[in-house]
Amino acid sequence: MIVTTTKGDMDDSLLEMREGSLDNDNETTTWVEYWMDEELVHRSAHVRLKKSMVLSAVAASF
Amino acid sequence: MCTSFLSELMLGNQNFTTGTGNAYKAALYLVSATVDAATTVYTVTGEVSGTGYVAGGISVTNGTSPLSTNSTATAGTAYWTPSASLVYTTVTLTTAFNAVLLYNFTNSLKAVSVHTFGSQTITAGTFTLTMPVNAVATGLIRLATI
Repeated sequence: MIVTTTKGDMDDSLLEMREGSLDNDNETTTWVEYWMDEELVHRSAHVRLKKSMVLSAVAASF
Repeated sequence: MCTSFLSELMLGNQNFTTGTGNAYKAALYLVSATVDAATTVYTVTGEVSGTGYVAGGISVTNGTSPLSTNSTATAGTAYWTPSASLVYTTVTLTTAFNAVLLYNFTNSLKAVSVHTFGSQTITAGTFTLTMPVNAVATGLIRLATI
C-alpha cells in the first residue's frame, strides 16, 4: 500500500506502522502512524464523536 | 453550544434547511485556543494552520434538514447532524488541536457549536471527524423542551 508521507508517497513495506486507539464517553478515536528511522513521516486520526449538544427550550407557564 | 446560537435561532439567523438553507463550515482549533460557549463568530485566532489546511476549514455536508419527535404530549426534541464526516485530507498540523467550531458561512460567520475531543496532530495524513447518528437521542445538535 502506498502511504503519503513527509518524504513523498512511499510503500508501507519500507515503514514501521504504529497504531493506537482511545475510547471514552465523548469519543472513539483511532490513529495510525508510519515511522522511518525513528522519524514520524505520517500520522492520520479518526475521531468518532459520541456526544450531542443539547439545548433546552423552556416555555413559561401562565 | 455557543450561547449566541440560541438567540440567533430565535432571530431567524440560522437555517439548516437542506439545499435552500445556510451553508455551514467547520474549523479546527488549537489546544491553546479559547473557543467555547462565549464564541459568537468564527475567528482565525487560535485556528490551526499547516500544509493543506485552508483557514476557515471545510464545508459541512447538510443532507438532512432538522427533524423533530414528540416524546410526550408536552415534550419533544428537534435534532440535526451533518450528514457526512468532516474530512481534512492530506494535511500537516503539527501543533496539537482538540476542537472544531461549526459556524454559519452564509450568515456573518455566526457560531453554532464547539465540539472537543482528545488532542491530535496530523502529519501528511487525514483527520476525520465522524458525527454521531442523526437520531432523536444522539443527533449532534438537539433542542429539547423541558
